[in-house]
Amino acid sequence: MIEAGLLIINLQSLIISLQSLIINGFIMTNVSIIGIGQTEVKEMWDTSIRHLAWYAIEAALDDAHTTDVDAIFVGNMLAESLSNQNHLGALVADFAGLRGIEAVTVEAANASGGAALRQAVLAVKSGLVETALAVGVEKMTDETGPKVTAAAATSLDADYEAMHGLTLAGAGALLMRRYMHEYGRQVADFAGFSVNAHSNGADNPQAMFRNRLKAERFTAAPLVADPVTLFDAAPLGDGAAAVIVTSHDRALDMVPQPVRIAGSAMATDTLALHDRKEALWLAAAEKSAQRALAQAGVTPDEVDLFELHDSFTIIAALSLEAAGFAERGQGWRLAQNGGIGRNGRIPISTFGGLKARGNPLGATGVYQIVEVVRQLRGEAGPCQVEGAKIGMAQNLGGMGGTAVTHILKASK
Amino acid sequence: MEVSRHWRLQEQRYKLVGETCDSCGVKLFPPRDVCLECEAPAKELFTFTGLGEIFSYTTIYDAPAGFEHHAPYTIALVKLDEGPLVTAQLTDVEKEDVAIGMPVEMVTRKLRTDGEEGMIVYGYKFRPLSLAQTVN
Amino acid sequence: MNEYTPQQGLMKPNLDVGIVGYGAYVPRYRIPAKEISKMWTGGVGGVPIQEKAVNGLDEDVVTMSIEAARNALDRGQINPRDIRAVWVGSESHPYAVKPSSTTVAEAIGAVPNTQAADWEFACKAGTEAMQAAIAFVGSGMARYALSIGMDTAQGRPGDALEYTAAAGGAAILIGLAEEAVAVINGSYSFVTDTPDFWRRAHANYPSHGDRFTGEPAYFKHVMGAAEALMEALERMAADYDWAVFHQPNAKFPQRVAKMLGFTPEQIAPGLLSPRIGNTYSGSTMIGLTAVLDVAEPGDRILMVSYGSGAGSDAFDIRVTDRIEAARDRAMKTETYISRRTEINYATYSRFRDKLKMS
Repeated sequence: MIEAGLLIINLQSLIISLQSLIINGFIMTNVSIIGIGQTEVKEMWDTSIRHLAWYAIEAALDDAHTTDVDAIFVGNMLAESLSNQNHLGALVADFAGLRGIEAVTVEAANASGGAALRQAVLAVKSGLVETALAVGVEKMTDETGPKVTAAAATSLDADYEAMHGLTLAGAGALLMRRYMHEYGRQVADFAGFSVNAHSNGADNPQAMFRNRLKAERFTAAPLVADPVTLFDAAPLGDGAAAVIVTSHDRALDMVPQPVRIAGSAMATDTLALHDRKEALWLAAAEKSAQRALAQAGVTPDEVDLFELHDSFTIIAALSLEAAGFAERGQGWRLAQNGGIGRNGRIPISTFGGLKARGNPLGATGVYQIVEVVRQLRGEAGPCQVEGAKIGMAQNLGGMGGTAVTHILKASK
Repeated sequence: MEVSRHWRLQEQRYKLVGETCDSCGVKLFPPRDVCLECEAPAKELFTFTGLGEIFSYTTIYDAPAGFEHHAPYTIALVKLDEGPLVTAQLTDVEKEDVAIGMPVEMVTRKLRTDGEEGMIVYGYKFRPLSLAQTVN
Repeated sequence: MNEYTPQQGLMKPNLDVGIVGYGAYVPRYRIPAKEISKMWTGGVGGVPIQEKAVNGLDEDVVTMSIEAARNALDRGQINPRDIRAVWVGSESHPYAVKPSSTTVAEAIGAVPNTQAADWEFACKAGTEAMQAAIAFVGSGMARYALSIGMDTAQGRPGDALEYTAAAGGAAILIGLAEEAVAVINGSYSFVTDTPDFWRRAHANYPSHGDRFTGEPAYFKHVMGAAEALMEALERMAADYDWAVFHQPNAKFPQRVAKMLGFTPEQIAPGLLSPRIGNTYSGSTMIGLTAVLDVAEPGDRILMVSYGSGAGSDAFDIRVTDRIEAARDRAMKTETYISRRTEINYATYSRFRDKLKMS
């Protein structure tokens, strides 16, 4: 009886260790990126949402030297409200010349792009899909002005935030004001984030803004939502970016430099700031970062660059804190002394970030991935972070109600 | 505008009716039926006093559709005396006079009007408490 | 047939009733009359008042009524569920069809077991509601009834009325005399078909008969109601400590007071029009709340409203001991008036929806 009992216990522990193997990804398929593509980010008056998506997909297919894609995940936030278009999965598949394949839209507000990639990763990891394409696309300029501001605010809590006139910039401003109050900071302390973004964006031909920004101009800029200024808030623009993923083994046969997705995690938090236990803590950003880092088996110190969600400078500071690159209340410091520069402790917004490359809401998360891949392939041109081997991208929805973090590793 | 949606929220918007948690006593606004603190069911209605203080605030210059004619307007996170934060506009105050920690009280005002012919939505806003108290 | 006597027209319910709670509301914005005359006459000539109260962008008769009603409930310390009528008198209800009163009733917690209705009779819609409330309680049908007179009055740009048409009003909670801060001994209504002022459906601004609004309209009806009530109750002007008359401007109430034998001192605390303008349905009632804020137990008050079209309601009121505890339970009328932010004509135009936005 005793021996039989021991046997059962041993079997159980074997099962548990097998489970942990599976969870840690040793048995499940490893996923790698084999193709990337993107459009410029800007006001593209003559380009429709379907064409935007197509251009990015076309570039990604070219990059991967394949047309063999089994499923498309379209990350989009606002096609319904700004272009009266739902059903983007089929529309995009059709216009990309991939009519007939599986396709679906993934919506997680501003994190739709990151979430679309996450779904593509899950699809390939499951073994049910061999090659998946994630495309983030946003057509901002079919409407203009207050309608766009209202549409963007749909990522907030409609009944308890947006109905009271809150906007994304307003929510950012509420966080920034409180942060300044609690940590004794000034508006000028945040200028470094925008200066860095513009400095990097100036070297990126596909960026929306390629002008360099002087710190003095940051505080003097017109107010969007006090204390958030025009040079603090990321500009909204049209854009699309695409990423093709497949199993790592297959990827090695297809392209010279597959980039491995070593960590992929999504987490959620309350939509409304007022529902959070700690208003100044991006809990979803922390959770998804920790999970993704654990999957990849790396620490923040080992990350060579971090494409974070710098929709507002305060979000950049809070993201650095939540993801483990700075202590609580210290995120702003990294922007003071070149800590986030190309040669700094943790380079961020290496192609300009949301602030200078531009923020096509639901596409932004895929742009981040495209940019990390270019860095890890060593194809970032003047934006290159020397010797980058491990890159991290974090895409936030709303004010961090959704956070998607990916850790990418260079193949060599 | 969605008529039933705003009708449904009237109790909360007119009177700050939230909920209280039977298990740990935490007060919830907005109501969500489940305690944010201990995750026990929290469905007992609780009417807040409407008193609180400014936790953070911003003045919106770039207003969304439906609010353009009110810009610039000031929105705050108000920390209610009973605990929770609530997002609401401030009224009867100049934006220069708002400060973190300022005591405020709830008043009922027009939140939004659906054009010339649509419905008028009323609800909570907050205004400085000091005036009513000091002058009385 | 007997000759008609004022006693026959005296309205007095079966049960003794009074004012159990009262509350004022005046929005914080003021536009000086000189600012308006600068716009239209180059500042030349006299102005009928100093300044008038203007509602903010997020205020209307509903929001203002809610605040006044909350003040009345705070003073009355009653359970809102015991209210059987919520009546809002106004000529600027935000909806042409959909009661202001149901929103007010909902906000103060009086729903669902209550009557609710909106009243309209130019500037006396509020006192009409008050008389009905007296009847509701005085008949035993209701324990409490809430009557509100509130307006955000419009005046056509450049018209004489633009100088005075103002925002504000008051809520009067009627209950039994034993709970009252002031007992209502009786009231009197005096009404004829007199077309001195009107606003057609869908018109933005009212029209009026100019000088016709004086003698055959305001003075005839205010005098008619006041004299009949005093005669019916066998009182003289000197029997009253205070008097409040409807205040379309500063001059009319002062003149009618003099004609009825009242002194300037008797009408002083309730004469608010020079500082807040003509709050239409709110005008007489907010004059009363201002008087209640300063009156002593035992004081007698005559209140006479006027509504174009035309008619007057007169009330004989006596203050009780309960006033002293009640008055400090809510913000006073004078406090609201001293809460003052001056605006110019441009801001006024924006607040009053005079800019064409679409």
